[in-house]
Amino acid sequence: MYSNKYVKATNVNKAASIIADAEDGKFLAGGMTLIPTLKQRLASPDLIIDLSDCKLTGIEDEGASIRIGAMSRHVDVAESVLVQNAIPAIANLASQIGDRQVRNRGTIGGSLANNDPAACYPSALLGLGGTIHTQNRSILAEDFLTGMFETDLEEDEIIIGISFPKPDKAAYVKFPNPASRYAMVGVFVAKFSDGVRVAVTGAGEDGVFRASNIEAALDESFKANSIIDGLVSADNLMSDIHASAEYRAHLIGEMTRRAVIACG
Amino acid sequence: MLTVSMNVNGNSATHEVPDNTLLVTFLRETLGLTGTHVGCDTSQCGACIVHLNGESVKSCSLFAAQADGAKITTIEGIADGDTLHPMQQAFHENHGLQCGFCTPGMVMSAIELVTKNKNLTERDIREGLEGNICRCTGYHNIVKSIQAAAEKMS
Repeated sequence: MYSNKYVKATNVNKAASIIADAEDGKFLAGGMTLIPTLKQRLASPDLIIDLSDCKLTGIEDEGASIRIGAMSRHVDVAESVLVQNAIPAIANLASQIGDRQVRNRGTIGGSLANNDPAACYPSALLGLGGTIHTQNRSILAEDFLTGMFETDLEEDEIIIGISFPKPDKAAYVKFPNPASRYAMVGVFVAKFSDGVRVAVTGAGEDGVFRASNIEAALDESFKANSIIDGLVSADNLMSDIHASAEYRAHLIGEMTRRAVIACG
Repeated sequence: MLTVSMNVNGNSATHEVPDNTLLVTFLRETLGLTGTHVGCDTSQCGACIVHLNGESVKSCSLFAAQADGAKITTIEGIADGDTLHPMQQAFHENHGLQCGFCTPGMVMSAIELVTKNKNLTERDIREGLEGNICRCTGYHNIVKSIQAAAEKMS
């Protein structure tokens, strides 16, 4: 690991002003991606700004949506009775991230700010059409997720919370990579009164994306057998040591069928 | 350099360390508590698991500074004098180890698993160990050990 300085910020405005003064500062949430990245020398920030004292936890019911504090850990979301009742698909998604130790540290804000193309949370954000709140503004999911490991966040911008609209039904099903537990393919299906949204993670070359063909088929008939073979194209899907683009296309169909069934 | 203070196994520890010191390095090299192991060093194997305020964490993926002010329990801190913790005793009685390298992490992970969940099935235990790797593939007796300890701890 390259050497770096470490500081704990006590609120988001202080954190933002500290990073503005640093040469190459990085915000630290749960650290479950950042610290392994530092250890592999894939990043060399001169300053780490820990956000854990910025009081960004807490989960609230906002009526038509729920709002989850950015520093809520995966275990907090998985075990939250409020989330389990309002949008059980999110609690279920959180309970499948990484392993227990990762869930005891990793945060929803950290995961979304990183926008890993195989992470679970981006599919919930896009699938539900959620909103990211920073200290400066609110950003719609589609505008926030700009590509693989990329978001619309400015250098000194910090996610403080995320709002997720409550769907009529929703489910997340993933085919985990057996070693890393990241999604080889993960599909988040959400049925709202005005239509079905389907977001796919783990498969797209540009990160999480909405599967419009599948959405149209499910709008027509919200049944597992609406997802027919060939509906999902392998174009623009990732191909790597774990799975070919064609196999991922097949998995998208299968995970969608399972998610529709899980919606009940 | 920065000053880090934490309570480790009931003793307070305050030391000045480089900012990017990992918690596992602090435990092993600064405090000499070498029961916590470094296996993969990539947060996958779980040999470095300790409890931070009662929750299991991988100490190779945490800065010591993040644990400032916390209560840390390592494998050295769970026995009561010469009396082994029920989980340690169960690993002993059920031959829950082969080479023993993963054992400290297995025991610390299992204690949290059993403490947080009642009526664990064998499947729950196997799934609950997803963050721990036994390179000897000795999972069978590890699971048996945890089942035995769960009965004693309930």
